[in-house]
Amino acid sequence: MSRGLRRWVLALGLLGTAVLLVLAARGLPAFGGSAHPYGERAVHAALDRHTANTVAAVTFDQRSFDTLGEESILFGAVLGTVVLLRQTRDENRLPPQPARVSPPVRRYALLALPVTLLVGLYIVAHGQLSPGGGFQGGIVVATALHLLYIAVDYRALERIRPIGLYEAADAAGEAAYVLLGAAGLLAGTAFLANVLPYGTLNTLASGGTVPLFNAAIGVEVACGVVVLLARFLDQAVEIVSTDADADADPDADADSDTDADARSHDAAGEEADT
Amino acid sequence: MTVLPYLVAAWLFLIGCYGLATSRDLIHAVGCLAVCQSSTYVLLLAVGYRDGGTAPVFSDIAPGSRPVVDPVVQAMVLTDVVIGATVTALLLALVVQIAKRHGTVDPDELSELRG
Repeated sequence: MSRGLRRWVLALGLLGTAVLLVLAARGLPAFGGSAHPYGERAVHAALDRHTANTVAAVTFDQRSFDTLGEESILFGAVLGTVVLLRQTRDENRLPPQPARVSPPVRRYALLALPVTLLVGLYIVAHGQLSPGGGFQGGIVVATALHLLYIAVDYRALERIRPIGLYEAADAAGEAAYVLLGAAGLLAGTAFLANVLPYGTLNTLASGGTVPLFNAAIGVEVACGVVVLLARFLDQAVEIVSTDADADADPDADADSDTDADARSHDAAGEEADT
Repeated sequence: MTVLPYLVAAWLFLIGCYGLATSRDLIHAVGCLAVCQSSTYVLLLAVGYRDGGTAPVFSDIAPGSRPVVDPVVQAMVLTDVVIGATVTALLLALVVQIAKRHGTVDPDELSELRG
């Protein structure tokens, strides 16, 4: 299909979708209205189970089966990235070089690292009380570790990041969620049911199994993101292609070069069209 | 304008689709997919909003003292954001491999099959 024809088909499709979306938007309940049947029931259910953060109650109590599916997607995406970005036969691994970091950056990053780590753990631990939880806190914890890469260099990051351990912990986080769910079966109710005592509203030990699910997700997200970023950083820092006369550009793994290439291809394509 | 937030979501979705279909760079295409995805966040949060509502967290407000926004859609958006980030990472990993094997990230130049 030629480029021009393709644009016409696209325009037609987008126009049709736009008309349908506008018609659908007019049929939706008015923005800011007071009728939220699901929301009200979810709030009541959360308060019944002494969970102050109703969003956490929805994620890890009322809809915890759905969350199991979502964290499995996360696990699968991490696994897929690990497989895709492995070192291939025609690639070599170079030891990372020490890098010079300007003193203000180093000072700031080293100062921010422990604070960020603590904030991340706080967010995971207080998921049932205040906004936050395993998903958000896990990302913050993973970010904290990577401040070491900014403050020092890649070798320092590798020293605190035995990747096999994080891969195992990622799987353990996923397994812990399923096993916690199975605890409901052992207690004689349903899979993923909230079987622990609910505790007192607005204290750290409230919400039954919600804090435990939060911790399992926190471990999985933090370790998953560390593994994910490790694979990308390995590609950028350590792995180099040995066979220079391969049809691929030998510098293709450096992002800036690939972008430049793509742009020159773009320019060539446009000229050919006109 | 009570439908404006819904129209913003529709606009984000359409502009993301346009970018995806006309993309000449796979990294740009992955970015466009993220724009499409963020339209669902806007739509869900707009559906759950309530006039004068506050966050559905009862650690500092007494239950029933103020209207709160819908926590169900917020929980959906929360998980969606994390999943979106990791799926974006998976797609970018694919792009890295394509750039290595084919030396280009222009989808139009990736028509030939190679064993």
